[in-house]
Amino acid sequence: MSVIEFSGVEHSYGERPVLRGVDLVLGEGRIGIVGANGSGKSTLARMINGLVTPDRGTVTVDGLDVARQGREVRRRVGFVFTNPDNQIVMPTVSEDVAFTLRKSRLSKPDVAERVRSTLERFGLAAHAEHPAHRLSGGQKQLLALASVLVAEPSVVVADEPTTLLDARNARLIGEMLSSLEQQVIVVTHQLELLDGFDRVIVIDDGRIVADDTPDAALGAYRSLIA
Amino acid sequence: MIGLYVPGSTLVHRAPALAKLGLLAVTIAVITVLQEPWQLAAAVGGVCVLFLAARIPPRMVWRHVVPILWLLAIAVPVQALFAGWTAALMMGGRVAASVALAALFTLTTTVSSVLDACQQLLRPFRRWVDGDRVGLLLALTIRCVPLTAEIVREVIEARRARGATGSLTALAVPVIVRSLQSAEALGEALVARGLDD
Repeated sequence: MSVIEFSGVEHSYGERPVLRGVDLVLGEGRIGIVGANGSGKSTLARMINGLVTPDRGTVTVDGLDVARQGREVRRRVGFVFTNPDNQIVMPTVSEDVAFTLRKSRLSKPDVAERVRSTLERFGLAAHAEHPAHRLSGGQKQLLALASVLVAEPSVVVADEPTTLLDARNARLIGEMLSSLEQQVIVVTHQLELLDGFDRVIVIDDGRIVADDTPDAALGAYRSLIA
Repeated sequence: MIGLYVPGSTLVHRAPALAKLGLLAVTIAVITVLQEPWQLAAAVGGVCVLFLAARIPPRMVWRHVVPILWLLAIAVPVQALFAGWTAALMMGGRVAASVALAALFTLTTTVSSVLDACQQLLRPFRRWVDGDRVGLLLALTIRCVPLTAEIVREVIEARRARGATGSLTALAVPVIVRSLQSAEALGEALVARGLDD
C-alpha cells in the first residue's frame, strides 16, 4: 500500500478557507471520506492526485511531494470524477481507455492487449467500438474507472463516483471499487458504499472531526448532521 | 466521426489512415476534373464497390448521402439553367461521389487512427508544431460536439419546463456557462490522466 501524508495542510478558495491544518497519514487499503457539501472533502481528495496543491503544508504520496512532483504522483494515483462525461475524451470506448496509455512506452500490440483485458474485466468488451457518449450512466462510470485502471496506478481516488447513478449502477460501481487490488480512497455521501472499509474520515468546515473505524466514524457523522 | 465509425476488419478498415487520407485527396481531385459522363459513371461505380468491400450497411450509406441530396436538389436545376443538364448532372455526380468517399473514410477509420495520421503528417514540422498537442486538440474538438449537444438538449428541456421557450438569452447563457464548466472539468480530467505537459 502507498503511504499518503498530509502535514499542516491549509487551503482557501479566495477568502474562503476549505482546509484548516489537516494532518493525516493514509496507509489502509480502503478509506472513506465523508462530510457535508463544502466541507472540504473533495479538495482533500484532489490534493492526493495533485489536482489541487495546498496553500500551506505538504501532501506526499510515497514520499513524493504532490506540489513539486505532480507528474510522478499522478502515475501512482488515479482519479475518478463524479461526472464521467467530463472524464471521457475519445469517441469510442476502446479509444478512450487506450488514450490513458498514449504517453506510455508500451508497444501498440501491448496497448491493445491491455485495453482488451481491461474492458473485459469491466464488462465493457462488447461495447469496445461503441460511441462512449451513448453508454448508460453506469457504463460511463465503469469506463471512467477502466480508463484510470488501465494505467495500473497503486492508488485510486474516487470523488463521489456514484452520485449521478441509480441504485443498481451505484451498487455495481461499489462492488467494482471493493474488488480492486489497489488502495482505494472514496469521497461519498452514500454511506453504504463504505461497507467493509478499513477507515472513515469525517470532515466538517475544513477540519477532521472524526477518524475511526467505519461504525464509529459514521456514528459521529450521523450525530453531526442530525 | 463522432460515433460514426462502423467496426469491421475489411481491407478498407485495415488500410493505414494516412494512406486512406492520401487516396481520398487524390481521388477527389481526379473526380473534380472528370469531363466525360462515362468517366464519372465509372468513378461512382468504383465508390459503390468500395462501400460493398467495406461491408457498410446500406442505411448508413443512405444517412450520409441524404443531406447532400437536399443541396443537390437546389444546385443541380440552378446549374442546368446556366450550363445545361449534362453539366449540371456531372456537377451533382462529382459532389455526391466526393461526399460518399469522404463518408467512407469516416465510417471505416477510428479517430485515434486519424490522430496518428495527423501526427505522422506533422512529424517533418516537429520543430515548430507539436503533433501530440494537435492530435489532442482534434480529439477534444470531436469529443466536445456530443458533449455540447447534450448540454443544449438539457438546457432546452429545462427552459421548456420553466416556460421560457422563446427566449434566446435563456438558452445561450446557461449553455455558455455549462460549456465553460465542462471545459474546465475536462481540463482537470486530462491533468488527472497525466496529460498535463
